[in-house]
Amino acid sequence: MKKLAYLLQSKQVSSIELVEKYLAQIEASEKKLNALITVDKKGALQAAREADQRWKKGENRSPWDGIPIVLKDNISTRGMRTTCASKILADYVPLYDASVVTLLRKQGLPILGKANLDEFAMGSSTEYSSFGVTVNPFDGNRVAGGSSGGSAAAVAAGETPWALGTDTGGSIRQPAAFCGVVGLKPTYGRVSRYGVVALAPSLDQVGPLAKTVEDAAILFSILAGTDPKDATSANAQEFNVPNWDDALIKGLKIGIPKEFFGEGLHPEVEEAVRRALQILEEEGALLVPLSLSTNVYAIDTYLTIVTAEASSSLARYDGVRYGQRKEGADSNTMFAKTRGEGFGAEVKRRIMLGTYVLGAGHYEDFYEQAQKVRTLIKDDLQSAWEKADLIITPTTPTTAFKIGEKRNPLEMYLSDLYTAIANLGGIPALSLPCGKDSRSLPIGLQIMANHFQEELMFQAAYFLEKKLLGRA
Amino acid sequence: MSRKYDTVIGLEIHVALLTESKFLCSCSTEFGAPPNSHCCPICLGLPGSLPAINAKAVEYAVIAGSALNCVINPFSKFDRKNYFYPDLPKAYQITQDAYPICGPGYLDYYVQDKLERTKIVRIHLEEEAGKLIHSGESIIDSEYSLVDYNRAGIPLIEIVTAPDITAPEQARLFLEQLRLVMNYIQVSDTKMEEGSLRCDANISLKPKGSPVLGTKVEIKNLNSFRALERALEFEKERQREVLEQGGQIEQESRTWDERAGKTMTMRSKADAPDYRFFPDPNLPPLNLDPVWIENLKKSLPELPLERLHRLKDQDRLSHYEAAFLVNYPDFGDLFEKVKVTFPEPKAIVNLLMGDYARLAREHGHLNPVRLGELLQLLADEVINKNQGKDILEELFKTEEDSPAEIVEKRGWRMLSDAAQLRKVVEGILADNPDLVGRFRNGENKLFGFFIGQVMRATEGKADPEVVNNLLREELEGGRN
Ligand SMILES: [Zn+2]
Repeated sequence: MKKLAYLLQSKQVSSIELVEKYLAQIEASEKKLNALITVDKKGALQAAREADQRWKKGENRSPWDGIPIVLKDNISTRGMRTTCASKILADYVPLYDASVVTLLRKQGLPILGKANLDEFAMGSSTEYSSFGVTVNPFDGNRVAGGSSGGSAAAVAAGETPWALGTDTGGSIRQPAAFCGVVGLKPTYGRVSRYGVVALAPSLDQVGPLAKTVEDAAILFSILAGTDPKDATSANAQEFNVPNWDDALIKGLKIGIPKEFFGEGLHPEVEEAVRRALQILEEEGALLVPLSLSTNVYAIDTYLTIVTAEASSSLARYDGVRYGQRKEGADSNTMFAKTRGEGFGAEVKRRIMLGTYVLGAGHYEDFYEQAQKVRTLIKDDLQSAWEKADLIITPTTPTTAFKIGEKRNPLEMYLSDLYTAIANLGGIPALSLPCGKDSRSLPIGLQIMANHFQEELMFQAAYFLEKKLLGRA
Repeated sequence: MSRKYDTVIGLEIHVALLTESKFLCSCSTEFGAPPNSHCCPICLGLPGSLPAINAKAVEYAVIAGSALNCVINPFSKFDRKNYFYPDLPKAYQITQDAYPICGPGYLDYYVQDKLERTKIVRIHLEEEAGKLIHSGESIIDSEYSLVDYNRAGIPLIEIVTAPDITAPEQARLFLEQLRLVMNYIQVSDTKMEEGSLRCDANISLKPKGSPVLGTKVEIKNLNSFRALERALEFEKERQREVLEQGGQIEQESRTWDERAGKTMTMRSKADAPDYRFFPDPNLPPLNLDPVWIENLKKSLPELPLERLHRLKDQDRLSHYEAAFLVNYPDFGDLFEKVKVTFPEPKAIVNLLMGDYARLAREHGHLNPVRLGELLQLLADEVINKNQGKDILEELFKTEEDSPAEIVEKRGWRMLSDAAQLRKVVEGILADNPDLVGRFRNGENKLFGFFIGQVMRATEGKADPEVVNNLLREELEGGRN
């Protein structure tokens, strides 16, 4: 991105040319990929023209003024439909921008379009989209991952230089791993959620997806900070892209939790991650074996909390104020028909589960219990930080699976096995490409850090990326 | 009733807080604006919008809690109450379930001359819903309904009392006192007709003296103080009849039908929704600074009961007089101001409760200095009561002239010269010989007629005391 910024600054390329280039790539690859739900050609070109005017007058808003972006389609964009990949919001056009969109516009970033996702971000493959499945750019028979599958695929296919996704249990990191791009789930509360359609507010975070660690860091630096509109961002800190420093690796304590290298982990994935660890060790990092024993409860805990919060967060789609409405003889019939026809099967499944776990007589056994386990998981992570500065694991147990392969929802839920813990703990986590398997499918490595320690995480990722690319 | 049963009543009162902006967004709370003109992504529950607590609402809740002698909880939390209704934008209401902002307290108030205390169980903060406007009479018989979300998101406090109240009239008096307290501390305009004060009531009967509570029924849709008392009276009788016939009370919600004058089943306990309360993940818990709480407590104004006791004890007013000044705080405040220049509480309150009250309702209050001057003229017997009344009416027209100046200009000085008045009296008696005869034969009520005649003849200026004495002398002297 620094290169693009230089080209813009030195007037070797215009924003219009950039946007046209990406639009052409979208044109070329979208038929196959289906990464985008909406392409805003007119809006992006208009924004690019304005950026070029600013560059001409030397009034550019930022070094990135005029470099376009794609947003996951659960991030509200004023005047541009925001569907959440759901029939119920197929024609919903927000009246306001999400705070992150405001930040991007302030920096002058044209919005190319909105990326596909699992309906309301519920899923790990972008198969549960009412706008069709997004295909993995590396293999037309495989999924791009999810729920930010559209964002990851668009970056991987060169439809956009970078993108925003959201991550509730791994929804940025898992597709980033499957599509061979960098994806960051920031510390909970570090990026505003205002205007981002909620799945589970206590777990959701917005984050960047990009081709390189530095690009992800740059985009994150635009997003991070307190937003008075999001009460959970009260303690958020800004983020500045650091000076990259390999010397930091020496003596760095890297935690290797044994639970993340056990049964179910594909040997090729394990090998790639171990190789990366070895690179770090060679540079002087200390590999510290440790245990995150509570991770066995992570998926159950995660599902209980997600379904509970989602059942309530999605209750507003009742057809009264916006979105699709199916008329009924009375309001209850209208609600039932609207929601019955508007939501897909996975969304209904989670709403029903969530309604159950919050219900009278179940609350204590499920929701309250899950909150207690969540506290245990946080404690577990907290003691890990006494031994390690960073934790490294595989992002996913396997590389991208085939479209239609995971028919059992429980099997699908296990895609988040290594990632959900970061959301439960509220810590930052990043997925970095660390090689390819024998089918040439990308493998992702996950770096986790303590709250607000994104910088250290980026430093390690930057170093690894350099070394891994050097070897390739 | 009710030699056989004790009545047990508890109230749940919703008070809309008079903040300028809504509870969770910055929209205006103005009443009566065009429908859906005070709305934004937050109070419309648009996808992705997030709530942010209005600090003023928290402050008002703490003030209200302090005025109701409540424990203020430095730590409280916000929960979601989940249910579907067209007026509820997010399909959940932000409220406080497990950890309310105010804990136990109480309110003291008079029932006739007896001081009663009703315990407050808790007060919590929550958001108001929108307002449904039906094309027909109700949601059931309407072809369509429209929703106005101007009201959605206005901050409310819900005040829950213990089941301490033993009679419908007491329930009304409690609510009236509560309303007064809210007005004194200026956290709400408490207009029942605009819905900024609402009340639901729980009522049950139990055998006299029994420690075991009966099955309670909740009554909703009580839109006035009168409705509260009437509905409870009706419900008390209905429950008594059911019990006396050996029946059982169903636990249910009933609605008050003002026109029919009765309560009707709304929903039974079995149909009660499961609200699935859980902590709202978008709002961190409230952590209030104990010093801040203490300062709010200290800055409370004088409360109605304190004022009542002060007026009775220090100003020696009767309960009735004091209650008038307390219940109409504008009169109470005027009373205090007049007292500065004319320190005679009884005389002031007599003036204020008389013709002044009627005129002030029509034209607004007068300058307290003018009132003090008027009272002084009366006290000095420069003018009589009738003249006082005339001057009062003049003052309501213009306050430019002082009462003394009016007296001078109009020549309204009181006529108390006995010799002069005797001539008038004699003249009137001479003009009405037969009436004089009838009076002397025992028709005492004619005395008032003679007084009236004298006043008329003197254009109201005569000193009534002198006239009285003269008439008695003249008439009774010659009585058979
Ligand atoms: Zn609003």
